[in-house]
Amino acid sequence: MAELFGLEAAAPSALSLIAALALVGVAVVLSITQRLGLERSILWSALRAGVQLAIIGVALHFVVEPDQSLWLCWLWVAVMVVFAAWTNRQRAPEVPGAFTLGVVAYLASLSVSLGVLFGFGIFPLESRTLIPLSGMVVGNSLASTVLVGRRIVAELHDRRDEVEARLALGMTSSEAAHPFVRSAIRTALIPQIETTKAVGIVFLPGAMVGLILAGADPLTAVKVQIAVMYLILGAVTTTTAVVGLGLTRQLFTPDHRLVRLPDTSTMRESKGDK
Amino acid sequence: MEPLFEMEHVGLIDGDTVVLSDVCAKVVEGGITVLTGPSGSGKSTLLRLFNRLTVPTSGIVRFRGDPLDQLDPVALRRQVGMVFQRPTTFDGTCLDNLRAACAPREELTHDHAAVMLARVGLNPEIVDRDSRVLSGGEAQRLCLARTLVTNCEVLLADEPTSSLDAASANVLERLAREFADSGMTVVWVTHDDAQADRLADHRLTIENGRVDG
Repeated sequence: MAELFGLEAAAPSALSLIAALALVGVAVVLSITQRLGLERSILWSALRAGVQLAIIGVALHFVVEPDQSLWLCWLWVAVMVVFAAWTNRQRAPEVPGAFTLGVVAYLASLSVSLGVLFGFGIFPLESRTLIPLSGMVVGNSLASTVLVGRRIVAELHDRRDEVEARLALGMTSSEAAHPFVRSAIRTALIPQIETTKAVGIVFLPGAMVGLILAGADPLTAVKVQIAVMYLILGAVTTTTAVVGLGLTRQLFTPDHRLVRLPDTSTMRESKGDK
Repeated sequence: MEPLFEMEHVGLIDGDTVVLSDVCAKVVEGGITVLTGPSGSGKSTLLRLFNRLTVPTSGIVRFRGDPLDQLDPVALRRQVGMVFQRPTTFDGTCLDNLRAACAPREELTHDHAAVMLARVGLNPEIVDRDSRVLSGGEAQRLCLARTLVTNCEVLLADEPTSSLDAASANVLERLAREFADSGMTVVWVTHDDAQADRLADHRLTIENGRVDG
Protein backbone atom coordinates (compact mmCIF):
# COMPACT_ATOMS: atom_id res chain seq x y z
CA MET A 1 0.00 0.00 0.00
CA ALA A 2 2.90 2.32 0.69
CA GLU A 3 3.33 3.31 -2.93
CA LEU A 4 -0.23 4.62 -3.02
CA PHE A 5 0.50 7.44 -0.71
CA GLY A 6 2.44 10.50 -1.66
CA LEU A 7 1.45 10.33 -5.31
CA GLU A 8 1.22 13.77 -6.77
CA ALA A 9 0.66 13.04 -10.44
CA ALA A 10 -2.63 14.87 -10.69
CA ALA A 11 -2.38 17.16 -7.67
CA PRO A 12 -3.80 20.56 -8.60
CA SER A 13 -1.66 23.66 -8.11
CA ALA A 14 -2.70 26.45 -5.74
CA LEU A 15 -3.63 28.58 -8.76
CA SER A 16 -5.84 25.87 -10.24
CA LEU A 17 -7.58 25.50 -6.87
CA ILE A 18 -8.52 29.15 -7.10
CA ALA A 19 -9.85 28.45 -10.58
CA ALA A 20 -11.97 25.68 -9.08
CA LEU A 21 -13.64 28.42 -7.07
CA ALA A 22 -15.44 29.27 -10.30
CA LEU A 23 -17.66 26.27 -9.54
CA VAL A 24 -18.62 27.89 -6.27
CA GLY A 25 -19.35 31.01 -8.30
CA VAL A 26 -21.79 28.99 -10.41
CA ALA A 27 -23.58 27.89 -7.23
CA VAL A 28 -23.75 31.50 -6.02
CA VAL A 29 -25.12 32.72 -9.36
CA LEU A 30 -27.75 29.99 -9.31
CA SER A 31 -28.71 30.95 -5.78
CA ILE A 32 -29.09 34.61 -6.80
CA THR A 33 -31.02 33.97 -10.01
CA GLN A 34 -33.33 31.44 -8.36
CA ARG A 35 -33.71 33.65 -5.25
CA LEU A 36 -32.67 30.80 -2.96
CA GLY A 37 -31.07 33.17 -0.48
CA LEU A 38 -28.17 30.80 0.03
CA GLU A 39 -25.31 32.90 -1.40
CA ARG A 40 -23.80 33.77 1.95
CA SER A 41 -24.13 30.17 3.18
CA ILE A 42 -22.48 28.82 0.02
CA LEU A 43 -19.59 31.26 0.21
CA TRP A 44 -19.16 30.75 3.95
CA SER A 45 -19.21 26.95 3.66
CA ALA A 46 -16.72 27.00 0.76
CA LEU A 47 -14.39 29.34 2.63
CA ARG A 48 -14.72 27.40 5.86
CA ALA A 49 -14.11 24.04 4.18
CA GLY A 50 -11.02 25.44 2.43
CA VAL A 51 -9.55 26.86 5.62
CA GLN A 52 -10.37 23.74 7.66
CA LEU A 53 -8.82 21.42 5.09
CA ALA A 54 -5.74 23.62 4.79
CA ILE A 55 -5.22 23.52 8.56
CA ILE A 56 -5.82 19.77 8.63
CA GLY A 57 -3.47 19.29 5.71
CA VAL A 58 -0.64 21.13 7.48
CA ALA A 59 -1.32 19.24 10.72
CA LEU A 60 -1.51 15.88 8.94
CA HIS A 61 1.71 16.63 7.08
CA PHE A 62 3.39 16.94 10.46
CA VAL A 63 1.62 13.99 12.13
CA VAL A 64 2.03 11.40 9.36
CA GLU A 65 5.78 11.77 9.11
CA PRO A 66 7.12 8.17 9.02
CA ASP A 67 9.22 8.59 12.17
CA GLN A 68 6.46 10.38 14.09
CA SER A 69 5.16 8.66 17.23
CA LEU A 70 1.84 6.82 16.88
CA TRP A 71 0.72 8.33 20.17
CA LEU A 72 0.21 11.65 18.46
CA CYS A 73 -2.06 9.92 15.95
CA TRP A 74 -4.05 8.24 18.73
CA LEU A 75 -4.43 11.65 20.35
CA TRP A 76 -5.75 12.95 17.05
CA VAL A 77 -8.26 10.09 16.93
CA ALA A 78 -9.34 10.85 20.50
CA VAL A 79 -9.99 14.49 19.58
CA MET A 80 -11.95 13.29 16.56
CA VAL A 81 -14.14 11.07 18.77
CA VAL A 82 -14.78 13.83 21.32
CA PHE A 83 -15.67 16.35 18.62
CA ALA A 84 -18.03 13.90 16.89
CA ALA A 85 -19.75 13.05 20.18
CA TRP A 86 -20.10 16.76 20.94
CA THR A 87 -21.67 17.22 17.50
CA ASN A 88 -24.12 14.42 18.36
CA ARG A 89 -25.20 16.31 21.44
CA GLN A 90 -25.60 19.55 19.52
CA ARG A 91 -27.66 17.95 16.75
CA ALA A 92 -29.81 15.80 19.03
CA PRO A 93 -30.34 17.78 22.24
CA GLU A 94 -33.43 15.72 23.08
CA VAL A 95 -31.39 12.53 23.34
CA PRO A 96 -30.30 12.03 26.96
CA GLY A 97 -26.61 11.27 27.36
CA ALA A 98 -25.95 11.82 23.63
CA PHE A 99 -22.33 12.80 24.25
CA THR A 100 -21.44 9.76 26.37
CA LEU A 101 -23.35 7.42 24.07
CA GLY A 102 -21.51 8.88 21.10
CA VAL A 103 -18.11 8.39 22.73
CA VAL A 104 -18.93 4.78 23.64
CA ALA A 105 -20.33 4.01 20.18
CA TYR A 106 -17.40 5.53 18.29
CA LEU A 107 -14.88 3.78 20.52
CA ALA A 108 -16.67 0.45 20.09
CA SER A 109 -16.82 0.92 16.35
CA LEU A 110 -13.16 1.99 16.13
CA SER A 111 -12.10 -1.01 18.21
CA VAL A 112 -13.93 -3.44 15.94
CA SER A 113 -13.04 -1.78 12.63
CA LEU A 114 -9.42 -0.97 13.31
CA GLY A 115 -8.98 -4.32 15.04
CA VAL A 116 -10.02 -6.09 11.83
CA LEU A 117 -8.15 -3.79 9.44
CA PHE A 118 -4.88 -3.79 11.33
CA GLY A 119 -5.25 -7.19 12.97
CA PHE A 120 -5.64 -8.98 9.64
CA GLY A 121 -3.00 -6.80 8.01
CA ILE A 122 -5.44 -5.29 5.49
CA PHE A 123 -3.68 -1.99 6.10
CA PRO A 124 -0.42 -1.51 8.02
CA LEU A 125 -0.76 0.23 11.37
CA GLU A 126 1.01 3.49 10.55
CA SER A 127 0.30 7.11 11.20
CA ARG A 128 -0.76 7.68 7.58
CA THR A 129 -3.37 4.88 7.77
CA LEU A 130 -4.60 5.32 11.34
CA ILE A 131 -5.94 8.84 11.05
CA PRO A 132 -7.72 8.58 7.66
CA LEU A 133 -9.31 5.25 8.50
CA SER A 134 -10.44 6.45 11.92
CA GLY A 135 -11.82 9.56 10.26
CA MET A 136 -13.85 7.39 7.91
CA VAL A 137 -15.25 5.34 10.77
CA VAL A 138 -16.25 8.35 12.85
CA GLY A 139 -17.25 10.70 10.04
CA ASN A 140 -19.47 8.24 8.23
CA SER A 141 -21.14 7.11 11.46
CA LEU A 142 -22.02 10.59 12.64
CA ALA A 143 -25.23 11.12 10.68
CA SER A 144 -26.62 7.67 11.48
CA THR A 145 -25.92 7.97 15.21
CA VAL A 146 -27.77 11.29 15.32
CA LEU A 147 -30.62 9.85 13.27
CA VAL A 148 -31.06 6.67 15.32
CA GLY A 149 -31.03 8.60 18.61
CA ARG A 150 -33.61 11.12 17.48
CA ARG A 151 -35.84 8.45 15.95
CA ILE A 152 -35.87 6.33 19.09
CA VAL A 153 -36.78 9.24 21.34
CA ALA A 154 -39.49 10.39 18.92
CA GLU A 155 -40.96 6.89 18.48
CA LEU A 156 -41.07 6.11 22.18
CA HIS A 157 -42.63 9.50 22.88
CA ASP A 158 -45.23 9.29 20.13
CA ARG A 159 -46.14 5.66 20.90
CA ARG A 160 -45.93 5.81 24.65
CA ASP A 161 -49.37 4.17 24.97
CA GLU A 162 -48.19 1.13 23.05
CA VAL A 163 -44.91 0.89 24.97
CA GLU A 164 -46.79 1.01 28.28
CA ALA A 165 -49.30 -1.56 27.05
CA ARG A 166 -46.37 -3.86 26.37
CA LEU A 167 -44.83 -3.18 29.77
CA ALA A 168 -48.18 -3.88 31.40
CA LEU A 169 -48.11 -7.35 29.82
CA GLY A 170 -44.93 -8.12 31.74
CA MET A 171 -42.42 -7.36 29.04
CA THR A 172 -39.01 -6.08 30.06
CA SER A 173 -38.09 -2.60 28.91
CA SER A 174 -35.87 -3.95 26.12
CA GLU A 175 -38.69 -6.24 24.90
CA ALA A 176 -41.22 -3.40 25.04
CA ALA A 177 -38.94 -1.03 23.13
CA HIS A 178 -37.70 -3.62 20.63
CA PRO A 179 -40.08 -2.91 17.70
CA PHE A 180 -39.37 0.81 17.88
CA VAL A 181 -35.62 0.47 18.33
CA ARG A 182 -35.45 -2.01 15.47
CA SER A 183 -37.39 0.35 13.22
CA ALA A 184 -35.11 3.29 14.15
CA ILE A 185 -31.93 1.29 13.53
CA ARG A 186 -33.24 0.11 10.16
CA THR A 187 -34.11 3.69 9.18
CA ALA A 188 -30.64 4.88 10.15
CA LEU A 189 -28.86 2.08 8.28
CA ILE A 190 -30.82 2.03 5.04
CA PRO A 191 -29.06 5.09 3.48
CA GLN A 192 -25.66 3.49 4.08
CA ILE A 193 -26.82 0.15 2.69
CA GLU A 194 -28.24 1.88 -0.40
CA THR A 195 -24.97 3.80 -0.84
CA THR A 196 -23.01 0.57 -0.61
CA LYS A 197 -25.27 -1.07 -3.19
CA ALA A 198 -24.93 1.84 -5.61
CA VAL A 199 -21.16 2.20 -5.36
CA GLY A 200 -19.36 1.90 -8.68
CA ILE A 201 -22.61 2.11 -10.67
CA VAL A 202 -24.24 5.35 -9.56
CA PHE A 203 -21.19 7.07 -8.14
CA LEU A 204 -17.47 6.61 -7.64
CA PRO A 205 -16.55 7.10 -4.02
CA GLY A 206 -14.10 9.71 -2.79
CA ALA A 207 -11.21 7.50 -1.72
CA MET A 208 -11.11 5.73 -5.06
CA VAL A 209 -11.45 8.91 -7.08
CA GLY A 210 -8.71 10.52 -4.99
CA LEU A 211 -6.33 7.65 -5.60
CA ILE A 212 -7.02 7.56 -9.34
CA LEU A 213 -6.58 11.33 -9.61
CA ALA A 214 -3.33 10.98 -7.71
CA GLY A 215 -2.09 8.53 -10.34
CA ALA A 216 -2.77 5.15 -8.74
CA ASP A 217 -3.69 2.11 -10.82
CA PRO A 218 -7.54 1.91 -10.92
CA LEU A 219 -7.51 -1.75 -9.88
CA THR A 220 -5.43 -0.90 -6.83
CA ALA A 221 -7.74 2.01 -6.10
CA VAL A 222 -10.71 -0.36 -6.32
CA LYS A 223 -9.12 -2.76 -3.84
CA VAL A 224 -8.61 0.07 -1.37
CA GLN A 225 -12.15 1.28 -1.94
CA ILE A 226 -13.64 -2.15 -1.33
CA ALA A 227 -11.86 -2.34 2.02
CA VAL A 228 -13.03 1.18 2.84
CA MET A 229 -16.65 0.47 1.90
CA TYR A 230 -16.74 -2.63 4.09
CA LEU A 231 -15.12 -0.64 6.85
CA ILE A 232 -17.76 2.08 6.62
CA LEU A 233 -20.68 -0.36 6.45
CA GLY A 234 -19.42 -2.26 9.49
CA ALA A 235 -18.62 0.92 11.39
CA VAL A 236 -21.99 2.56 10.75
CA THR A 237 -23.83 -0.61 11.77
CA THR A 238 -21.80 -0.92 14.96
CA THR A 239 -22.22 2.70 16.07
CA THR A 240 -25.93 2.70 15.24
CA ALA A 241 -26.54 -0.52 17.17
CA VAL A 242 -24.53 0.66 20.17
CA VAL A 243 -26.40 3.97 20.31
CA GLY A 244 -29.75 2.22 19.81
CA LEU A 245 -29.24 -0.33 22.55
CA GLY A 246 -27.47 2.05 24.92
CA LEU A 247 -30.14 4.71 24.54
CA THR A 248 -32.90 2.21 25.25
CA ARG A 249 -31.31 1.49 28.62
CA GLN A 250 -31.28 5.20 29.42
CA LEU A 251 -34.91 5.77 28.49
CA PHE A 252 -36.24 3.24 30.98
CA THR A 253 -35.84 3.01 34.73
CA PRO A 254 -34.30 -0.14 36.25
CA ASP A 255 -37.84 -1.23 37.21
CA HIS A 256 -38.98 -1.13 33.58
CA ARG A 257 -40.83 2.16 33.40
CA LEU A 258 -40.53 4.55 30.47
CA VAL A 259 -39.11 7.89 31.59
CA ARG A 260 -40.79 11.13 30.60
CA LEU A 261 -39.61 12.12 27.13
CA PRO A 262 -39.56 15.51 25.42
CA ASP A 263 -42.12 16.18 22.71
CA THR A 264 -39.83 16.09 19.71
CA SER A 265 -42.51 17.06 17.19
CA THR A 266 -42.07 20.72 18.12
CA MET A 267 -38.28 20.33 17.88
CA ARG A 268 -38.61 18.62 14.50
CA GLU A 269 -40.82 21.44 13.23
CA SER A 270 -38.50 24.18 14.45
CA LYS A 271 -35.44 22.43 12.96
CA GLY A 272 -37.34 21.93 9.70
CA ASP A 273 -38.13 25.63 9.55
CA LYS A 274 -34.49 26.60 9.61
CA MET B 1 -58.40 -10.95 55.67
CA GLU B 2 -55.23 -9.39 54.23
CA PRO B 3 -55.97 -6.69 51.65
CA LEU B 4 -54.87 -7.19 48.05
CA PHE B 5 -53.43 -3.69 47.80
CA GLU B 6 -52.73 -1.39 50.70
CA MET B 7 -51.59 2.21 50.43
CA GLU B 8 -49.89 3.80 53.41
CA HIS B 9 -49.53 7.60 53.29
CA VAL B 10 -48.95 7.51 49.55
CA GLY B 11 -48.13 10.79 47.87
CA LEU B 12 -47.14 11.71 44.36
CA ILE B 13 -45.86 15.08 43.29
CA ASP B 14 -45.27 15.79 39.61
CA GLY B 15 -43.28 19.00 39.25
CA ASP B 16 -45.33 21.59 41.07
CA THR B 17 -48.53 19.52 41.00
CA VAL B 18 -49.67 17.39 43.91
CA VAL B 19 -51.33 14.43 42.17
CA LEU B 20 -51.85 12.24 45.24
CA SER B 21 -51.71 13.38 48.83
CA ASP B 22 -51.33 11.18 51.89
CA VAL B 23 -53.51 8.38 50.51
CA CYS B 24 -54.30 5.61 52.98
CA ALA B 25 -56.67 3.02 51.49
CA LYS B 26 -57.13 -0.70 50.85
CA VAL B 27 -58.37 -2.77 47.94
CA VAL B 28 -59.79 -6.08 49.10
CA GLU B 29 -59.26 -9.41 47.35
CA GLY B 30 -62.16 -10.55 45.13
CA GLY B 31 -65.09 -8.83 43.46
CA ILE B 32 -65.05 -5.50 41.66
CA THR B 33 -63.60 -2.47 43.40
CA VAL B 34 -64.65 0.68 41.60
CA LEU B 35 -62.45 3.74 41.87
CA THR B 36 -64.52 6.84 41.18
CA GLY B 37 -63.94 10.56 41.15
CA PRO B 38 -64.05 13.54 38.84
CA SER B 39 -61.72 13.95 35.84
CA GLY B 40 -58.20 14.89 36.89
CA SER B 41 -58.69 13.71 40.46
CA GLY B 42 -55.85 11.16 40.25
CA LYS B 43 -57.83 7.94 39.59
CA SER B 44 -55.67 6.68 36.73
CA THR B 45 -52.47 7.59 38.54
CA LEU B 46 -53.62 5.65 41.58
CA LEU B 47 -54.43 2.63 39.42
CA ARG B 48 -51.00 2.75 37.76
CA LEU B 49 -49.39 2.49 41.19
CA PHE B 50 -50.74 -1.05 41.48
CA ASN B 51 -48.66 -2.43 38.60
CA ARG B 52 -45.79 0.00 39.07
CA LEU B 53 -46.17 1.84 35.80
CA THR B 54 -46.02 4.79 38.17
CA VAL B 55 -44.23 4.94 41.51
CA PRO B 56 -45.17 7.21 44.41
CA THR B 57 -42.83 9.92 45.63
CA SER B 58 -43.71 9.07 49.24
CA GLY B 59 -45.42 6.31 51.18
CA ILE B 60 -45.71 2.58 50.55
CA VAL B 61 -47.94 0.49 48.30
CA ARG B 62 -48.25 -3.17 49.31
CA PHE B 63 -49.44 -6.15 47.28
CA ARG B 64 -50.60 -9.01 49.52
CA GLY B 65 -48.49 -7.53 52.29
CA ASP B 66 -45.28 -7.07 50.31
CA PRO B 67 -44.05 -3.58 49.42
CA LEU B 68 -44.27 -3.23 45.64
CA ASP B 69 -40.77 -1.82 45.35
CA GLN B 70 -39.42 -5.12 46.66
CA LEU B 71 -41.19 -7.21 44.02
CA ASP B 72 -40.00 -8.02 40.51
CA PRO B 73 -42.02 -5.59 38.35
CA VAL B 74 -42.12 -7.95 35.37
CA ALA B 75 -43.54 -10.82 37.45
CA LEU B 76 -45.93 -8.41 39.21
CA ARG B 77 -47.33 -7.15 35.90
CA ARG B 78 -48.09 -10.67 34.77
CA GLN B 79 -50.08 -11.17 37.97
CA VAL B 80 -51.71 -7.74 37.84
CA GLY B 81 -52.91 -7.14 34.27
CA MET B 82 -54.18 -3.86 32.92
CA VAL B 83 -56.41 -2.54 30.17
CA PHE B 84 -56.18 1.13 29.29
CA GLN B 85 -58.63 3.88 28.49
CA ARG B 86 -57.78 3.84 24.78
CA PRO B 87 -57.52 0.41 23.16
CA THR B 88 -53.92 -0.01 22.03
CA THR B 89 -53.50 -2.84 19.60
CA PHE B 90 -50.08 -3.78 18.25
CA ASP B 91 -49.12 -4.08 14.57
CA GLY B 92 -50.14 -7.40 13.08
CA THR B 93 -53.06 -9.78 13.37
CA CYS B 94 -55.20 -10.56 16.41
CA LEU B 95 -53.11 -13.72 16.80
CA ASP B 96 -49.90 -11.63 16.81
CA ASN B 97 -51.42 -9.44 19.51
CA LEU B 98 -52.31 -12.39 21.70
CA ARG B 99 -48.92 -14.02 21.20
CA ALA B 100 -47.22 -10.79 22.29
CA ALA B 101 -48.55 -11.48 25.78
CA CYS B 102 -47.02 -14.94 26.05
CA ALA B 103 -44.22 -15.42 28.53
CA PRO B 104 -40.80 -16.37 27.15
CA ARG B 105 -40.72 -20.01 25.96
CA GLU B 106 -44.53 -20.08 26.07
CA GLU B 107 -46.52 -20.70 22.92
CA LEU B 108 -50.07 -19.83 22.00
CA THR B 109 -51.63 -22.07 19.40
CA HIS B 110 -54.05 -20.86 16.80
CA ASP B 111 -56.87 -22.79 18.51
CA HIS B 112 -56.04 -21.45 21.95
CA ALA B 113 -56.02 -17.92 20.53
CA ALA B 114 -59.50 -18.51 19.11
CA VAL B 115 -60.68 -19.67 22.56
CA MET B 116 -59.26 -16.49 24.13
CA LEU B 117 -61.14 -14.36 21.62
CA ALA B 118 -64.37 -16.25 22.33
CA ARG B 119 -63.81 -15.70 26.04
CA VAL B 120 -64.21 -11.94 25.54
CA GLY B 121 -67.14 -12.34 23.17
CA LEU B 122 -65.23 -11.87 19.92
CA ASN B 123 -65.81 -14.05 16.88
CA PRO B 124 -62.95 -16.61 16.87
CA GLU B 125 -62.80 -16.31 13.09
CA ILE B 126 -61.14 -12.88 13.35
CA VAL B 127 -58.00 -14.47 14.78
CA ASP B 128 -56.07 -13.87 11.53
CA ARG B 129 -57.57 -10.44 10.88
CA ASP B 130 -55.36 -7.32 11.01
CA SER B 131 -55.95 -5.80 14.43
CA ARG B 132 -55.95 -2.26 12.99
CA VAL B 133 -59.25 -2.81 11.17
CA LEU B 134 -61.20 -3.69 14.33
CA SER B 135 -63.82 -1.33 15.69
CA GLY B 136 -63.14 0.44 18.99
CA GLY B 137 -65.19 -2.05 20.97
CA GLU B 138 -63.57 -5.05 19.27
CA ALA B 139 -60.10 -3.57 19.76
CA GLN B 140 -60.74 -3.05 23.47
CA ARG B 141 -61.94 -6.64 23.83
CA LEU B 142 -58.84 -7.83 21.96
CA CYS B 143 -56.73 -5.86 24.47
CA LEU B 144 -58.67 -7.54 27.26
CA ALA B 145 -58.09 -10.99 25.75
CA ARG B 146 -54.40 -10.15 25.35
CA THR B 147 -54.20 -9.29 29.04
CA LEU B 148 -55.94 -12.54 29.97
CA VAL B 149 -53.24 -14.48 28.08
CA THR B 150 -50.88 -13.56 30.93
CA ASN B 151 -53.12 -15.55 33.34
CA CYS B 152 -53.33 -12.52 35.59
CA GLU B 153 -55.08 -12.80 38.94
CA VAL B 154 -55.99 -9.13 39.10
CA LEU B 155 -57.37 -6.94 36.34
CA LEU B 156 -56.85 -3.17 36.44
CA ALA B 157 -59.27 -1.39 34.11
CA ASP B 158 -58.59 2.28 33.48
CA GLU B 159 -61.89 3.73 32.20
CA PRO B 160 -61.99 1.02 29.52
CA THR B 161 -65.42 2.01 28.21
CA SER B 162 -64.94 5.77 27.96
CA SER B 163 -64.24 5.69 24.21
CA LEU B 164 -66.83 3.00 23.39
CA ASP B 165 -70.50 3.03 22.41
CA ALA B 166 -73.13 1.89 24.92
CA ALA B 167 -73.43 -1.64 23.50
CA SER B 168 -69.66 -2.26 23.64
CA ALA B 169 -69.54 -0.76 27.14
CA ASN B 170 -72.26 -3.16 28.27
CA VAL B 171 -70.29 -6.13 26.94
CA LEU B 172 -67.19 -5.06 28.86
CA GLU B 173 -69.17 -4.53 32.07
CA ARG B 174 -70.69 -8.00 31.71
CA LEU B 175 -67.23 -9.51 31.16
CA ALA B 176 -65.88 -7.74 34.25
CA ARG B 177 -68.69 -9.26 36.30
CA GLU B 178 -68.00 -12.73 34.86
CA PHE B 179 -64.29 -12.46 35.69
CA ALA B 180 -65.05 -11.29 39.22
CA ASP B 181 -67.53 -14.14 39.71
CA SER B 182 -64.87 -16.60 38.60
CA GLY B 183 -62.45 -15.37 41.29
CA MET B 184 -60.48 -12.62 39.62
CA THR B 185 -60.18 -9.30 41.43
CA VAL B 186 -61.14 -6.37 39.21
CA VAL B 187 -60.21 -2.75 39.99
CA TRP B 188 -62.26 -0.56 37.68
CA VAL B 189 -61.78 3.18 37.26
CA THR B 190 -64.71 5.32 36.11
CA HIS B 191 -66.08 8.82 36.45
CA ASP B 192 -69.53 7.54 35.48
CA ASP B 193 -71.59 7.21 38.68
CA ALA B 194 -74.25 5.04 37.00
CA GLN B 195 -71.59 2.60 35.83
CA ALA B 196 -70.03 2.61 39.30
CA ASP B 197 -73.44 1.74 40.80
CA ARG B 198 -73.88 -1.14 38.35
CA LEU B 199 -70.44 -2.64 38.91
CA ALA B 200 -69.21 -1.87 42.41
CA ASP B 201 -68.88 -4.53 45.07
CA HIS B 202 -66.55 -2.12 46.84
CA ARG B 203 -65.93 1.52 46.16
CA LEU B 204 -63.15 4.04 46.65
CA THR B 205 -63.71 7.70 45.88
CA ILE B 206 -60.86 10.01 45.06
CA GLU B 207 -61.06 13.77 44.95
CA ASN B 208 -58.21 16.24 44.65
CA GLY B 209 -55.68 13.46 45.17
CA ARG B 210 -57.27 12.24 48.41
CA VAL B 211 -59.19 9.01 48.90
CA ASP B 212 -62.36 8.31 50.83
CA GLY B 213 -63.58 4.80 51.23
